Order: sequence, then C-alpha cells, then structure tokens
Amino acid sequence: MVPQLGYFSLVIAMVLATMLAIFPLWGAKRGNVQLMNSAPTLALGAFFFTLLSYLALTYSFVVNDFTVSYVASHSNSLLPIRYRVTGVWGGHEGSFLLWVFIYSIWMAAVALRSKAIPLLIRARVLGVMGLVSLGFYLFILLMSNPFESLLPYFPVDGRDLNPLLQDFAMIIHPPLLYMGYVGLSVSFAFAIAALLTGKLDSTWAKWSRPWAVAAWVFLTLGITVGSWWAYYELGWGGWWFWDPVENASLMPWLITTALIHSFAVTEKRGIFKSWTVLLAITGFSLSLLGTFLVRSGIVVSVHAFASDPERGLFILGFLAVVIGASLTLYAIKATHMKSYVKYTMFSREVFLWGNNIILTVATLVVLLGTFLPMVHKELGLGSISIGSPFFSEIFGYLLVPFVALLGVTPLMRWKQNKLATLKKPVLIALGISIVVGFLMLTLTRSEVENMALLGVILAIWIMISTIQSVLAKKEVQQKGVAALSNMTGSEWAMVLGHMGFAVSIIGMVLTSSYGVEKDVRMHTGDTVVLAGYEFEFVQIKDITAENYTGHAAVVDVRYENEKVAHMVAEKRFYTVQRSAMTEAAVDAGITRDLFVALGEQFKDGSWALRVYHKPFIRWVWFGGLIIALGGLFAMGDKRYRAKRQSLIGRKENEIEQSDLVPEVQS
Amino acid sequence: MNPRRKQRLYLTLLGVVGFSLIIGLILYSAGQNMDLFYTPSEIVNGKNETGIKPKVGERLRIGGLVVEGSVRRDEESLDVSFDLMDSGPIITVTYTGILPDLFREGQGIIAQGHLTSANEIKAFEVLAKHDEEYMSPEVAEAVKGIKHVKSDYSKTSDNTKG
Repeated sequence: MVPQLGYFSLVIAMVLATMLAIFPLWGAKRGNVQLMNSAPTLALGAFFFTLLSYLALTYSFVVNDFTVSYVASHSNSLLPIRYRVTGVWGGHEGSFLLWVFIYSIWMAAVALRSKAIPLLIRARVLGVMGLVSLGFYLFILLMSNPFESLLPYFPVDGRDLNPLLQDFAMIIHPPLLYMGYVGLSVSFAFAIAALLTGKLDSTWAKWSRPWAVAAWVFLTLGITVGSWWAYYELGWGGWWFWDPVENASLMPWLITTALIHSFAVTEKRGIFKSWTVLLAITGFSLSLLGTFLVRSGIVVSVHAFASDPERGLFILGFLAVVIGASLTLYAIKATHMKSYVKYTMFSREVFLWGNNIILTVATLVVLLGTFLPMVHKELGLGSISIGSPFFSEIFGYLLVPFVALLGVTPLMRWKQNKLATLKKPVLIALGISIVVGFLMLTLTRSEVENMALLGVILAIWIMISTIQSVLAKKEVQQKGVAALSNMTGSEWAMVLGHMGFAVSIIGMVLTSSYGVEKDVRMHTGDTVVLAGYEFEFVQIKDITAENYTGHAAVVDVRYENEKVAHMVAEKRFYTVQRSAMTEAAVDAGITRDLFVALGEQFKDGSWALRVYHKPFIRWVWFGGLIIALGGLFAMGDKRYRAKRQSLIGRKENEIEQSDLVPEVQS
Repeated sequence: MNPRRKQRLYLTLLGVVGFSLIIGLILYSAGQNMDLFYTPSEIVNGKNETGIKPKVGERLRIGGLVVEGSVRRDEESLDVSFDLMDSGPIITVTYTGILPDLFREGQGIIAQGHLTSANEIKAFEVLAKHDEEYMSPEVAEAVKGIKHVKSDYSKTSDNTKG
C-alpha cells in the first residue's frame, strides 16, 4: 500500500510541476498577476508531494518491504537500520528519487525566500525551475520507478546494500553532492528569467549570487567528503583519481567558482553580465552532464550505475533540450546587454576575468580528457583511456598563473590601479614566500622536491597576500585589529576561501611528493620500515558482525622506538552480496597519516599488506572545509539580509544606493 | 572602421586564436598520455577497428576474463601472474602487489601496463569490477558472445537467497 501511495504522490508532484511550468510563465507573458502569484504555492505543493514519496520509499526500506523491487535489491533484513534509511540512495532509482526530492527542496526554498523579488522575476524563476523539474519527474516516473513491485512473487530477503556504501561518509556524500548539483539549477533559473525579462543588472546579481554560493558550498563539501571517502574506503590511499565521475563533479565546481567571482564583478561594477549568465547556464548544464555520465553507464568508474542505454538516451535528449534552448535564448538576448562602465587593463576586474579564463580552461581540460575516450570510441577508432598524468600535468601548469593572479587581485582596486602602489606589497609577499617556503622544506625534509617547493611557495604567496589585502583596508590601518570585526561576510569569504585553497595546495603537493606506499608480504611478527616508522604485524583475528565476517590484522607502529599507533585493518566478507571489502586502518595526524590495508592470505599463512605514509594529506580536506566555511560567510553577508528587511517597510532603493558605492580600498 | 570596432575585431581574433591554441595544446597533451585498449585477441591479431597491433614496450590497457586455474603466485614475494582471454588467444599478465578484492578466476578484469613480449604484459594496475552486477562496459563488450566461464561465485544473481 505504502509504495503505491509513494508512486501516486510522485504523480501528483509532477502534475503540480507541470502547472508550475505553465501558469507563472504564461502569467508573466500576459501580465496576469494571479497566475504569477500561483508560482510559490505550486512549488511548495510539488515539494510536499515529493517529500511524501521520498518518505514512502524510506518507510519501505525501514520495514523491509521486499515486495518493492528496489528495496529487495538494495537492502536486507540484517542490514543495520541506519543503512536501511540511507540505502534509499544506494542504487540508481532511489538515488534519483533523492535527486528529485532535493530539487523540490530548492524549489521550495526559492519560493519561500524570494518574497522581496519583483513578482515578474519571481514567477519566471520558479516557472523555469518547474520546467526543468518536468524532465526529472518524467524520467523517474517513466524510466526509473523506485516503487516497482515484485508482486506476486517476491523474495524472502533482499540482496543487501553494496558494502562500499555501508559507511558514514557514504551517508552524507551523495546528499551533499546532490544539493550542490541540483542547487545550480537556481542560478540557472535566475539567468534564464533575466534573459526572458531582458533586464540584467547588479540587483539581479545580488538576488542570484547567494543561491550560486549556496550550491557551491554544498558542491565543495560533497567533493571534499567524497575524496576523503575514496581515500579510506576504497583502500587506494589517494585523494583524487581523475575518475570520470569525479571529473563530472569537478567541472561544475570549477565553473561555479568562476561564476561566484564573476557575480562579484557584476554586482559591484555592473559589468561582465553576459559572461556571468553564460557561466550560470554552463554550470547547470555541466551538472546535468555529470548525471548523464553516472547514469548512462558509458564510463568505467566506481560510481557508475549498471548501464541502461535507454536511460542514457533520455538524459542526453534532456541535456540537449536544456542546453540548446538556453543557449539559443542567450544568443538572442545577451547581445543586447552591453555595459558602459570604464576600466583599464590594470584593474581588479580584468585580473578577476583572467582567473575566470583559467578556470574555464581547466574545465575544458577536464571535459576533453573525460570525453575524448568516448568520442574516440564512437568514431570507431577503438577504446582508449587518458590517465591521470595528463590531468595532473596540465593542472600543474595552470596552477602557477592562477595562483599568481589570485594573490595580486585582492590587493588591486576596481577600475584602475597604479603599478607603483602594488610593487611594494607584491615584492614583499614574493620574497617571504620564497624564503619561508625554501626554509620550511630544507629544514623538515631530507630532499627538496621541485614540485613540493613550488607548491609550498605558491601556498605561502596566497596566505601572505591575503593577509596583506586585509591589512591594507583603511579601517584596519586606522583602528588596528579591532576593525576585523567590521569586515563584511563577503570579505571574510574571500579570506577564508583563499586561505583554504592555500591549505589544500600544501596538502596536495606534500602528499604527492613525499608520500610513500609499499605492498608487502608478511607473516605475523614481521616488521617493515617506512619513512622511519616501524610497522609490526602483531596478529590476525577473526571478526563477525551482523552482515559480514572476516579477518582483522593488528599492526603496531613505532617511531624511534616509541609506540605511536595501534592499528586494526579489516578484510570483510559480506555474506549476502558475497563480496569482499577492505576496511583500511588509518592513523590520522596533522602532519602525517599512517595507512594499513589488508590484502589476501597466501598458502604459507602469510598475508599481503599495504602500508602508506602520507604526509599532510589531511590538509587537502581541511582546506576544502575552510573553503566551504568561506562560502557560508558569503551567504550570511549583511547585504543579502537587508533584502528581507525591505519587506518590513524599508525602501529597497536605500539598499541599492549603498551597494552602488564602489568598494574603497587602499 | 572606427577604432572601437577595430579594437573589438582584434579582441575577437585574439580570443579565437587563443582558444584554438588552448584546445590544440590540450589535445596534443592528451594524445601523449593516451593508452589504447586491447582485448587479448586484439593484441595477437590487431585491433578490430584499425588492425593496429601493439608494439613491444607500448603502454596499454587490456581487458578480458581471467582463465580458470591460471593464477600463479610466487612463494616469497607479491609477484603474481595470470592469463587473460576473450575469444581465443591468451595473454599472460604479470603484476607485483595486491590484487583488488573482487579479482577472481573466471571474471572480467582490466589491467594497465606495458607489453613486454608478443603475448606478455607487465601490469602496474589491475582493476576488477566493483560488485557482482557490474562489469565494465569495455570488458562486457570484449567478452560478449563468449559463454560465461564457470566459477565459484558466478551463481549469486538470484534474488531469493537468504
């Protein structure tokens, strides 16, 4: 009964979404206020019924309703309850329901938080979101129904959840990432609404920007958690593999990073408008492309769901419609949007634009590297693969100019900047970063790797110039550190975002340059030495749990004869799925991680063990968290809150006036 | 042409040239890092599409089924070798290190490595499918039409167990 209700709710949600796609847009065209006013109600209705449907599937999982085909293949009565709740997104159909559900959350959020926006725009934004959602609802109802029934012949028990997904990070990774992917639809809808209205100005940027930042924060967190998960759960011990599906999440992230910076220029200076719109459209298109990659089964990846060409075709068609329609609209409308604001080549706008270009090129690199093998194959030239050296090499080249600009830009003024004023801070920052970077490496490492040296210098360069840009503010110079409390959310966002990036760079280069990995064959009692750490294979234990059995290797680690870690690495065998899983043991530290994974047993009783020493690897993810925190500060910026105050009587003009005053810096 | 238009034209030209240059460089670099995918019979007979045979020393990817009973392990080290096949010819793969959890005889795997002789590959990476249902499209295609090689774990795909 419940599964049928779940399906039925989804149908109702789709009906409401259809109305949302028609009435407000029609009303906007005709100037019919009543029709336009229906938008928020319809959006909330669609959200409500999608929520019901989502709860219905969750309920079916919790009560082990194996008459539902999806539950039968992704759960088991022995599965712990927390994984039954999260098992909802353990496979294609359910994870797409989560996707649709999250989409409806964003629709509802826009409906609730857009009261201060003129009705015409509000109706169009929600209408466009409804239009896009139609594609998703159709897809789930027609091609991937999670409620499909196995009646009358249903199994006694389910086939269990993929063991890889029975893990904490896997609980939060997909929802975070989906919040990001789907959230990009909001700034997309704002862009389309603005094109339809023909009015792109700094007010538009101000409405749309917090939504883009919100989606970007989720995307950042999702990618960070995913990287951390792959590190310890897949037992690979790395933090990025250039896997096609990882790339699919990196592309929208790069473009959205460019977007939120371009938004800053559009909002402050009223320029780069059509570029900002193009980025907003591209960002969401890339997120759809990611969906296509994951769900069509055309790529070889740990993430790919079992393939179904029909589904792939549907998404490809949908993608073509969305991209085609929005780019056509863009081509017609965006050419009319010229801005007449003056700025010189040597100004903050141009430097920001420079970094936008680098981010776009980086996206292009990932796009080509990911799709070239597919194109190659379709052309009948056979299948090929493009390995991580390609990506790492080009990203290495792009990083240097990118970071160079990133350091200077916050020190610059809008409109124009005199070279002389920059000379001093830039030389100081450059001097400090080279000296400190060199000393840090020569003092702590026996060998200085060029890549590590370059990376550390770049990271320190970012940190120093970010601090300089804060100190250069007039307020700070007058009042000292106390003035920091007056810094706006956006200013904090810049500081945290850039600092976080620097922290990540340090982690990336140090772990890539100095990480040591070793596969060894050991009997209990054997020891192996790695980077000064002595790993002793103490014993092997049998383990049993609710839904798996296996072995655990106990490894004690000593450094300079002092015991520093006691590690237990497991090899599990999940009884229902009959699949083996490596649960690596990780001893985490600020300056290094120790990592032990258990391999197979050999005939003579010895075991294969994989041991890693990974310096500074945690910094990669810690940096990601700082970046996301920066995004939160940007969302909390006062000027977005002012928008809501305008509801209770303040004139909107006042706020806009204050926003038109260019930021003063010196 | 007035100066403003002239400037626009130059900027556009610069953009187009720059863009093509970037694409060209990316494609060039991609070509340098490209590994062709072969099945065991393609290594012996040449690729189906183009007839190209890999040269000894070339870096490549190979996908096929692990021949039953062909896995041989060294007594002391982590050296291992196994045979791969699709529809006839057999290629031997040698590897040092830990094999993935789902590596089993009779199942499809992908290996990446260098061709060391006409029918031998020294692999630096071995990938197995990550769950019971999933087979990488490359392998699935390579072994299409071959009857499933029997193994201990091949009969698990019925829903009613447990």
